[in-house]
Amino acid sequence: MRGSLQAGSLPKVLNAHSRARARRLSLQKREAIACALFVAPAVLGFLAFSLFPLVGSALLSLTNYRLAGWPDFVGLENYRRLLGDPLWWQSVKVTAIYTVAVVPLWLVNSLALALIMNQRLRGISLFRTIYYLPSVLSGVAISMLWIWLLNYHFGLVNTLLKLVGIRGPNWLGDRRTALLSIILMSQWSVGWYLPIWLGALQGIPTELYEAASIDGAGWWAKLRHVTLPMLSPVILYNLVMNTIWATQLFTEPFMMTGGGPQFATLSYILYLYQNAFAYSRMGLAAAMAWLMFLALLLLTVLFFRSSPVWVFYEAELR
Amino acid sequence: MRKVAVSTRQSRKRLREALRAAISYTVLVIGAAIFLFPLYWQVTTSLKTASDAMRFPPVWFPSPPQWSNYLILIERFPMLLYFRNSLLVSASVIVGTVLSNSLAAYGFARLRMPGRDKIFMLLLSTLMVPGAVLIIPQFVMFQRLHWVNTYRPLIVPAFFGGPFSVFLLRQFFTTIPLELESAARIDGAGYLRCYAQIVLPLAKPALLAVAIYSFVGTWNDFFGPLIYLSDKNKYTVAVALRYLQGSVRTRPEYHLLMAAATLAILPPLATFFFAQRAFIQGTVITGVKG
Repeated sequence: MRGSLQAGSLPKVLNAHSRARARRLSLQKREAIACALFVAPAVLGFLAFSLFPLVGSALLSLTNYRLAGWPDFVGLENYRRLLGDPLWWQSVKVTAIYTVAVVPLWLVNSLALALIMNQRLRGISLFRTIYYLPSVLSGVAISMLWIWLLNYHFGLVNTLLKLVGIRGPNWLGDRRTALLSIILMSQWSVGWYLPIWLGALQGIPTELYEAASIDGAGWWAKLRHVTLPMLSPVILYNLVMNTIWATQLFTEPFMMTGGGPQFATLSYILYLYQNAFAYSRMGLAAAMAWLMFLALLLLTVLFFRSSPVWVFYEAELR
Repeated sequence: MRKVAVSTRQSRKRLREALRAAISYTVLVIGAAIFLFPLYWQVTTSLKTASDAMRFPPVWFPSPPQWSNYLILIERFPMLLYFRNSLLVSASVIVGTVLSNSLAAYGFARLRMPGRDKIFMLLLSTLMVPGAVLIIPQFVMFQRLHWVNTYRPLIVPAFFGGPFSVFLLRQFFTTIPLELESAARIDGAGYLRCYAQIVLPLAKPALLAVAIYSFVGTWNDFFGPLIYLSDKNKYTVAVALRYLQGSVRTRPEYHLLMAAATLAILPPLATFFFAQRAFIQGTVITGVKG
């Protein structure tokens, strides 16, 4: 390089060099501009429909906006009101019970099904279709169906119970069984997780099982010491996402019980909906939304913080 | 002697495997029956007379099936109009989702710019922000734009990307070999042409998955149409079902309600059977409910 930099040719070389660099730069710049244009709609959407509403709901929560007129700034009044509102606490309780009950049930049931289906058996794809099927159906249609199935007098569930001589409860009409009904009903869509589990199970190297067999491990030991550790990153992911979904419970109580009887199924989002769209308390509803966002953020961070204790990443071995 | 020992051990192993298969099938068959029976009950209820629907002991097979229930339903409620509305919204959302997300995914997978991956992660992080958290300010925004009681709040956002589809498509685009594109680039093709003529045709399975997910998601969406549509003639199928449930509450006609529910689940169900592979593939790639 230095040899070529002789007095006479120096300007020319530099010139060519910088021209090449300029061209490369402009190529780079052109690519960056193209990239920006390609992703622009998605980024705009993120700004307009996610970030702006997120910030907006924080600001809105400090006002008494009621969908008409101009909002007044009320400081933390909405938050104070919520913390002193027994119905708000009831909605927190209902959502917490539902989440705590439904997430482990989903995870354990679907994993158990996936383990059964992960064997070399004929006709597995048929079962996979059947189990997956309810998860493509609309929540409204499912709710209608279960209102009918759980009908106190004529529903299929109580009819079957009656055939074996049991008098079934008034599932949705009784304060003690309404939330339980919704929890049990939600297990119908458990098949949605099967593809994820099956994909993850098939990714576990067979050598691990062979080595475990040589060490004399039975199926329980294999499950505990091979399968579960290898699945733990997927378990963490499912745990986080399912917890978020479970807290969004709305359609079922809205359709099936209206939050009753005696607020036994008043979920958080249902209460938020009622405040916003039945009473036009937009500021209060925004405060509810913002509190939920903070709670979910905290929960997600907690899950990830706890993960080094129980999540096993293969890369750590290498 | 040893041969005998080996063969008995082998036969015992075979026996154990057969036993395990038998138990597995039993569990799977019982589970499948539990999973399918509610749907069977829904369809057969929709084909019963009003009095048969509420009889004890139950009528297991409606005979003869009352197909006229569906005619009565369509006569009493403009179900076809609701179907047309749902199709209109779903079709627009599919176009918007596929278009905006494939463009963005091409940018994120193929083109370089400073901070690109950080922006991508930021977009992805919205997967963890549930829609209900954003719904209040979104509603206020659309209300100020006078978009309430139109389909615009349901359709327009689809033209501006979404984390699930962008992720799925980007993952797929990165598996398409670069050489195909560089050859075209040397021949003078621009980025837009590479995107439209090379990447998109090769990404058909992923595009199909995104289209199917957005169809089923939009068809089943309840919260959006519930808060944005107030005019009955604009209802989508999901809100119409709720309206139906309310209007016959005084004298429940479950055979008609089940007929309506059955009509409502047909399109997603048909899509699922038609493109099951693409459907399940999407779940595996992203692990996210569409």
